[in-house]
Amino acid sequence: MSSQPAAGSLKFHLGAWSFAVRELRFWLTDYRRTWRGSVCSTVLSPVLYLGAMGLGLGSLVDARSPASLGGVSYLVFLAPGLLAANAMQTAFSSSTYPVLGSVKWLKTYQAAAATPLRPRDIFHGHLLFTLLRLATTSSIFLIVMAAFGAARSAWVIAALPVAMLTGLAFAAPIEAFSVLQTRDQPFAVLYRFVLIPLFLFSGTFFPISQLPAWVRPLAYVTPLWHGVALCRSLSLGTTTAGGALEHIGYLALLAAAGVAAGNRAYRRRLYV
Amino acid sequence: MPASEVLIHARGLAKKFGDAMAVDGVDFDLHRGEAFGFLGPNGAGKSSTMRMIGCVSPPSGGELSILGMDPVADGPAIRARLGVVPQDDTLDVELTVRENLLIYGRYFGLPRNVIADRTQHLLEFVQLADRANDQVEPLSGGLRRRLVIARSLINEPEILLLDEPTTGLDPQARHAVWDRLYQLKSQGVTLVLTTHYMDEAEQLCDRLVVMDRGKIAAEGSPPSLIAEYSSPEVLELRFDLDSRQRAADKLAGAPAERVEVLADRILLYARSGDAALAAVRDLGLEPQASLVRRSTLEDVFLRLTGRRLEE
Repeated sequence: MSSQPAAGSLKFHLGAWSFAVRELRFWLTDYRRTWRGSVCSTVLSPVLYLGAMGLGLGSLVDARSPASLGGVSYLVFLAPGLLAANAMQTAFSSSTYPVLGSVKWLKTYQAAAATPLRPRDIFHGHLLFTLLRLATTSSIFLIVMAAFGAARSAWVIAALPVAMLTGLAFAAPIEAFSVLQTRDQPFAVLYRFVLIPLFLFSGTFFPISQLPAWVRPLAYVTPLWHGVALCRSLSLGTTTAGGALEHIGYLALLAAAGVAAGNRAYRRRLYV
Repeated sequence: MPASEVLIHARGLAKKFGDAMAVDGVDFDLHRGEAFGFLGPNGAGKSSTMRMIGCVSPPSGGELSILGMDPVADGPAIRARLGVVPQDDTLDVELTVRENLLIYGRYFGLPRNVIADRTQHLLEFVQLADRANDQVEPLSGGLRRRLVIARSLINEPEILLLDEPTTGLDPQARHAVWDRLYQLKSQGVTLVLTTHYMDEAEQLCDRLVVMDRGKIAAEGSPPSLIAEYSSPEVLELRFDLDSRQRAADKLAGAPAERVEVLADRILLYARSGDAALAAVRDLGLEPQASLVRRSTLEDVFLRLTGRRLEE
């Protein structure tokens, strides 16, 4: 078969990526039916959050001008944190129900597995789709953020790939988990006991220096804190090269571990 | 089948789930252009065998080669040349008929214009052309099955795998599917199918294996299997409940090759059913109803396993 060059050659690896792109095309076809509704909520969500929390709650916070915010308004402090948290939410919604639905209810994953696509291609195709969703939701968030005057530095542009990487660090391991499920209840547990605590305590709404000293190390290992910290420093223009590398390295490591786990999990579920 | 090209070759093929042997060392060779069936009841190991051939289930033991390649190492290259009609329809019910074919053609890396041409042709073939732009959701089971068959042909496969192609369909829908499969067969497409319907196996298969509990119990063409494992005719007798046991006892010595006592009937295997019926009457038995018919694969299966197919 000329279309199947030997494993290890460059052409093979490019060919393997094209398999993932075929699965991405499936998701894009699927998305064509629902994108209008999803764009609506993608714009509305940052407007509501930045309005209510940034401006509303912010007016109370700013009246006391707390030193821990580093001399910026609450809106300016909050917005980049919410950008990262928003990426986590997008990653969660894209990597739970759609994955379980494809493998259990619609069985479209099984349909794809009967074609030249391998389980990992099916996985990577959906990750690419999730990355596209992360790119659009984060871009819209950044535009709303700029409209609120909540960005201090032009470096905020670089927060887009950081938000996407933050999302990927969640999406890859969550997909590995989702594809092995037989019911959807575990998603509610994951959401309540992992996502919500991360959302609240990873430095999005207040600096983690406000947390008791013994809790802080916990915050440092959560991927969301790294995303929040880097997005915030980029938005404020206070990023250091060393700090950025540390955050990016940690998030990339989690994403890579998630991809490795997903490769195995997809194979286990689809090749029985 | 004289020395024609072997497309699928299996020796001692096995599949294990935990401690259970779903497929327990089966041998078969499948030749280009033939319609080959796996006949057996649910749980016989037919679907597991089919999934191994479809390269979505690594064998636990034995040899398997498909189109001269190894299903584990060369899965993508093999699957590129297979068509698969799975037991579950696996259609995207939220998309239209046409979109389902488009997505599937894309999985095989086919260009859009090629897919469009083939879609038109395939939808005509399965008589769904007028539903091309309809969503799949409201389609009946029979229409969905035909769509899955059209979808499985988008890559012009050399081998078409059909896992219980008509299970759950009403009689008209079954005949519509058989009709399409018969046409494919006459066009030279190699068909591999599993079924627990003996009429389906008799209609479609040039050659089949009878599977039971993970093993192959017999192999051959439908007529040769019937000739080897059953008598030309079968006399079916029904008695009322009170006299059934007495009749069964008496019939043990009846002039038949074999007697099977089922829950609702007694079967006498004989060269001539009419002669057997006369002999039964000579024994002083008067059945409530009697029927003389030709032997079928169901009788072969009963003989080989002591059980019926569709229980």
